[in-house]
Amino acid sequence: MSSKSKVKTQSFMIEGASCASCVSKIEKALASVEGVTGVEMNFAQRTVTIDGDVNSHSLIHSVTDIGYNATPMNSGSEQDALAEKAQADEAHYNNLMRNMVIALGLGIPLMLYGLFIGDMSVNTSNQRIGWAIVGLVTLSVMIGTGKHFYIGAWQSFKHHSANMDTLIALGTGTAWAYSMLVILVPNLLPEMARHVYFEASAMIIGLINLGLAFEVKARGRTSEAIKRLIGLQPNTARVVRNGEEEDVDIAQVQLNDIVRVRPGEKIPVDGELTDGQSTVDESMLTGEPMPISKTVGDKVVAGSINKTGSMLFSATHVGKDTTLSHIINMVKKAQNSKPSIGRLADVISGYFVPIVMILAVITGLAWLNFGPQPAIAYAITAMTTVLIIACPCALGLATPMSVMVGIGKAAEAGVLIRNGEALQSASKITTMLLDKTGTITQGQPEVTDISTFEQRQESCVMALVASLESQSEHPLAQAIVGYAKQRDYPLNAVTKFDAITGKGVTGYLNGEHLLFGNEALMHQFGIDVSVAVEQAGTLANDAKTPMYFAVDQKLSALIAVSDPIKSDSLAAIKRLQNKGIHLVMLTGDNEATAKAVAKRVGIDDYIAQVMPQDKVEEVIKRQKHGEVVGMTGDGINDAPALAQADVGFAIGTGTDVAIESADVTLMRGSLHGLADALAISQATITNIKQNLVGAFMYNVAGIPIAAGVLFPFFGILLNPVVAGAAMALSSLTVVSNANRLRFFKVNKSA
Amino acid sequence: MLFINLLGALLIAAIVWWFWLYTPKRAQSTSNQIKILVNNGVYQPSNITVSAGTKITLDFDRQDPAPCAETVIFPQLDLSLALKMGQSNRIELPALSEGQYDFHCQMQMYKGKLIAE
Ligand SMILES: [Cu+2]
Repeated sequence: MSSKSKVKTQSFMIEGASCASCVSKIEKALASVEGVTGVEMNFAQRTVTIDGDVNSHSLIHSVTDIGYNATPMNSGSEQDALAEKAQADEAHYNNLMRNMVIALGLGIPLMLYGLFIGDMSVNTSNQRIGWAIVGLVTLSVMIGTGKHFYIGAWQSFKHHSANMDTLIALGTGTAWAYSMLVILVPNLLPEMARHVYFEASAMIIGLINLGLAFEVKARGRTSEAIKRLIGLQPNTARVVRNGEEEDVDIAQVQLNDIVRVRPGEKIPVDGELTDGQSTVDESMLTGEPMPISKTVGDKVVAGSINKTGSMLFSATHVGKDTTLSHIINMVKKAQNSKPSIGRLADVISGYFVPIVMILAVITGLAWLNFGPQPAIAYAITAMTTVLIIACPCALGLATPMSVMVGIGKAAEAGVLIRNGEALQSASKITTMLLDKTGTITQGQPEVTDISTFEQRQESCVMALVASLESQSEHPLAQAIVGYAKQRDYPLNAVTKFDAITGKGVTGYLNGEHLLFGNEALMHQFGIDVSVAVEQAGTLANDAKTPMYFAVDQKLSALIAVSDPIKSDSLAAIKRLQNKGIHLVMLTGDNEATAKAVAKRVGIDDYIAQVMPQDKVEEVIKRQKHGEVVGMTGDGINDAPALAQADVGFAIGTGTDVAIESADVTLMRGSLHGLADALAISQATITNIKQNLVGAFMYNVAGIPIAAGVLFPFFGILLNPVVAGAAMALSSLTVVSNANRLRFFKVNKSA
Repeated sequence: MLFINLLGALLIAAIVWWFWLYTPKRAQSTSNQIKILVNNGVYQPSNITVSAGTKITLDFDRQDPAPCAETVIFPQLDLSLALKMGQSNRIELPALSEGQYDFHCQMQMYKGKLIAE
């Protein structure tokens, strides 16, 4: 992703430019910045465009220096921003690694010398001079490679707060200051305690730089999900303008532009197909593995891949409004929010550092009062070790790292989790309410059975029924009309159309009286349906809705319509039940249909004929019983229940209102997404807990050992260098455990 | 020895006072646009009084490359912003009702608060 070769263009909004004469002033100031090759200001819009490979910071400065304000406009694409961030991360990583090499380059030889060659005590004046030189070298290395710790410690101290930097600065500072004291005024200390600890200071700085470098690398990796999502969007689009096709920058695509996509290309913006047909692979957005066929009128989304045919579509959402942009923003935002399980750690880390400082003082006093000789040497070692081993960085990393990976992982599976809290709650769900229509079933009723009871042919009957139903607004009517249209049956105008609420419809066509509706309608008009009653019962038990058709007072046909169950609903429901979640199906349908569907998919608990407000009541009722309630739905009427539930899951193919109200969006229209979401959420929470336990254990067990509680019994006292290494290791443990989540595979059968 | 123990006790008292008991001075903002420097482990200013009921714009100038400084989160407002290195990053806050609003980095090493009055 090298942008070096092409000329970089940046745009800024200018504030405070009130007159046209400001323009030349601003342009001049900007042109004087080194590297700028072109400046153009649009006074009417108060914007300025700058060409040249210049850092935006210096440009802004040049404008603020002359009294105006410049704010960068969405300069460049997300990809550029990402590349910039990757570059900054890389530079920071290299810097940390360099610091590590320098500090360990001093620390390791010193440590080896102390261990194998001589001891690090100061007795003769020659030793004093030698060690003084080493001390000064150590100081310069400490400042050169660990300056940021000392400045950070001082800054936060001034602000009455303390952090990791405070502990590092105190720990290494104590070790160094004590050593210098030994060199400068050895007589002040007992002979046994005249020992220097320069190697500890250098080693600790080096190891902590190493730990931070690990962290930078690991964080880069956790944002991979976002990187992949952003990478889905192509940089250019082929737009038809003035009858010609031209490649334009993705940012230039306007609403209602006609865009051409050829086979194998990525779809650049959201749109609606206007010409051609193809199959489109939406798996990276929805997790749905099968390519979906698209014809004129179908919607396509940015980021999916056009497989087979060339097509034209009109842009319906561009720029920041595309589904892909929304997904990216949602994942970004979610990754920055923390579940409450992480807040505990935050509260603790707020009090943690001052407590550790107090513990260090107590440790020092204890050694001075009760410790063996040389008490002061022991006291210094123990204090330094306590400060270093208590660095809370692993604790601070524990939650955000896992949340970032977990939410990214979910996004890859087509599950968008709105925030860290939802991620946590999802793992605790005990009861899941499932809306039937559109969630368990496809939500689009189809004609499934036709039986005729007279001479007329089936096609002729259906043409009549469809003509009648084309006037109706009932959802089932769409199924009938759709059936007829698919087969090109002629639809004719019906006269004297009448809808009889709750029963059916009537009308006249070619002088014949048509009736279409349920048994009640037939009874009302005195039509004998005895020949079909048994069959109607069987259909009803099969989750189908039987309807009678009569012509001129005689039964003509029995037609069944049903909303087919999604092919994978059964398997997904098994997966949920295997997790021990109690499933409840909600539907506005009648008892018989509800019972039949519930039985088919293996749900014992169902509630038929629920009104939208009943759904909310149902959620509240179960919450009052102490259940953690999840709600899954797709319609506008599910929205209140989705919002009320502990976690609301919206089917992404459903309405926007439902998606807005939900905490989790399942991009794929399948209930497998729900099971995946729960599995990922559980895996993430487990991972966070492992991290927290690991990080706490390390601090909780490490501090007493560092303070020397084992010394009276076993003679064990930690070396400060070991504490530094342990600290780098604990960060490494946490980040690698969090990254382990990336390899988590959702088990489709369990 | 008594002297050293006394010194230690004083030191502990000083730590408790400095980090927990002391209430820091607040920066009173005169405009609705506040610049905050992000560097060396602290936000400057970090304790800001703003007027309630007006929209506020914060400009975070990030000068610290540590990954910790990368994100600023407003937990009560459900807002977060990724801070780009070496430049001013703007976030617009809705009009705040009276109260305290924290902002911090992901690990809460950087901490600050807005007090809307
Ligand atoms: Cu932090």
